[in-house]
Amino acid sequence: METLITLLVGVLVSTATYLLLSKNLIRIVLGTAILSHAVHLLLMTMGGLKGGSVPILDDGTETYTDALPQALILTAIVIGFAVTAFFLVLVYRTYQSVGTDNLNEMRGSKDE
Amino acid sequence: MNNILVFPMVIPIIAGVSLLFFRSYPSIQRWSSFISLLVVFFISIGSLEAIRRNGIMRLDFGGWAPPYGITFVGDSFAMLLVSTASLVSALCVLYAAFAGDKKREGAFQYPFMLLLVAGVNGAFLTGDLFNLFVCFEIMLLASYGLMTLGGEKKQLTEGIKYVLINILSSWFFLLGIAYIYGTLGTLNLAQLSQRIAEAGQPPMLTTISILFLVVFSLKAGLVLYFWLPGSYSVLPTAISALFAALLTKVGVYALIRTFTLLFYHEPGITHTIIGWMALITLVGGSIGVIAFVDIRKVAAYNVVVAIGFILVGLAANNEIGIQGSIYYLVHDIVIKALIFLLIGTIIYLTGIYRLDRMSGLITNYPLLGWIFLLAALSLGGVPPFSGFVGKLMVGQGSITAGQYFLAFAAFASSLFVLYSVIRIFLNMFWGQPMVGKLKQVHLPFGMMVPLIFLAVITTALGFGMNALTPYVADASNVLMNPEIYIEGALENE
Amino acid sequence: MRENDTRENDVILQTVSKIAVFIILTFGMYLFLSGHHNPGGGFIGGLTLASAVILLYITFDLETVNKGIPIDFKMVAAAGVLLSTLSGLGALLFGANFLSQSFAYFDLPLLGETELTTVVLFESGVALGVVGVVVTILINISEDV
Repeated sequence: METLITLLVGVLVSTATYLLLSKNLIRIVLGTAILSHAVHLLLMTMGGLKGGSVPILDDGTETYTDALPQALILTAIVIGFAVTAFFLVLVYRTYQSVGTDNLNEMRGSKDE
Repeated sequence: MNNILVFPMVIPIIAGVSLLFFRSYPSIQRWSSFISLLVVFFISIGSLEAIRRNGIMRLDFGGWAPPYGITFVGDSFAMLLVSTASLVSALCVLYAAFAGDKKREGAFQYPFMLLLVAGVNGAFLTGDLFNLFVCFEIMLLASYGLMTLGGEKKQLTEGIKYVLINILSSWFFLLGIAYIYGTLGTLNLAQLSQRIAEAGQPPMLTTISILFLVVFSLKAGLVLYFWLPGSYSVLPTAISALFAALLTKVGVYALIRTFTLLFYHEPGITHTIIGWMALITLVGGSIGVIAFVDIRKVAAYNVVVAIGFILVGLAANNEIGIQGSIYYLVHDIVIKALIFLLIGTIIYLTGIYRLDRMSGLITNYPLLGWIFLLAALSLGGVPPFSGFVGKLMVGQGSITAGQYFLAFAAFASSLFVLYSVIRIFLNMFWGQPMVGKLKQVHLPFGMMVPLIFLAVITTALGFGMNALTPYVADASNVLMNPEIYIEGALENE
Repeated sequence: MRENDTRENDVILQTVSKIAVFIILTFGMYLFLSGHHNPGGGFIGGLTLASAVILLYITFDLETVNKGIPIDFKMVAAAGVLLSTLSGLGALLFGANFLSQSFAYFDLPLLGETELTTVVLFESGVALGVVGVVVTILINISEDV
């Protein structure tokens, strides 16, 4: 199962890299979103997939899954959500004021 | 239990969040943010003294003992940076208060600044790799906000690059955290250090350490500084000073912390790479400072050179080099804020940012001119100002470690830095005055106050380096002997 | 944004969401409260509550909803963060570590013996923060489309 998820992470990362390398801003935003989800999956896999029951104290259960990676992923998802949302707003405002969502056309300043 | 440790992070958060309710009262916003940062400064000075007397402080959030809970670990190195950062950011807020940019003040400029400081202080104090990530993100989110505040076209396009590069580096950071958790099963810095020492840092861990090196280099602007000059030069003055003083320094702090506490077993690999990266940064930054006539770009490349310089001390990896790095780090936070505020003030007064388009400013604004000269000398490391001791000790450490080439490059870069700022001084302040006394823009004295304070601090730090010595010695002692940190961060009371 | 195309027929959406909003709100509260001993808590409770508000924004337009719920969600987020931080600082008054929590059993009328805990304060801060931030972000994106 771990191998499968790791492969999935690889697929997601390559998709995200492809999107990040494009010139279109919306694709780049999507790329960063996919990239962050790939690393969340990786965090989960690194902590070891299901090895016991839900990490809540209960009678009759012996082993619990490691709760730490889940806490980490939750925090990382929140942060990723905030960053993606901000990035989306930023890209939209830029599109409005510059009038293009193509990175090539955006490098307009003379000292670059 | 040392609840005092949480205040440098919590006070700015509370102040910043409460200020959201006072959107339409700029004077409340200005003064309460200034005062809260000043309070943080005094608290951190108090804890700095307490740490020197009683050793490392630790706070377990919610009483969860390490390595399970969230911990804040305050050693002298962290607290020294917290107090400098708080003082300098208080002065930047003061400058912003007098500059009074109505549009940005209405758009939550001060809450963002306070949250930035909260993130920076949290990053200094945390004793946990994942919390370091979280504090980085708080700081970065606030910086994204500040970066794009005002929404000018140039700011937005630079903002996209800045946000994108930071999202990528945060991604690598999480990747490193995932790998290190997978191999060692913990994220508490002290416990990580123990386990890495037990394992003797096998090649796997060295590879992970290189990943962290890349992440923190991106944040610090070590070699990977290509994003820095562009984004720093589109910011309004007070915010650019805050960025220049704090943001890259957090990356440097993380580099020094991880490569003295965690990955210190293979200096032949990691520290050599850091040395080469510092060298490239010094060369690139030196070319930058003399190549540009845009004074904002010159100032931004000065940040880059300083980063290279501080890491020469880390590459030396001996006590004196690290001490020099700490001195220089403290000095650099102060002087970068001062230089950026000065450059911003010049642009505010003249509207010109090419150094060949203006001359004779010193006749119009004598005090500003002399402060600029003082800052230039301090930046170049001329004694008796604060840069001197740091430069001396970094060089000494480098020579002790036998890295003569690196020491040479470090001192050569100082000459370039000195040349670049003196060139601004000679071109813009000296010579024939271009603006008549009557036509000159009025410079409010309030804007001069933070500049005077910063100039006094850099002079006082230069003359009074001895006052700082016990704290720096304690800090470098902890950095060079990880077992002290481990004991302080793990032992249960 | 919607006054331009009033001809659009969304009776079904409006009728369903008028009822669904309350179901979602109840479910959100349930998730929030059950977080004490079971999966749930302030974060996902807050997200669910926010989704109810967002459903309102989707169904009716921004102005109508703002008239009905005259709350600035930025302030909700700020109040939430403030509540969480202050509840953490409250522990300092009792000489405990920052963010320490405690609980006790009380004999309440109607409910019988009930466990009350200070975590609820912290979690409601989280929930308010999540609601505020999520709604603010979505309003910001959609404001001038």
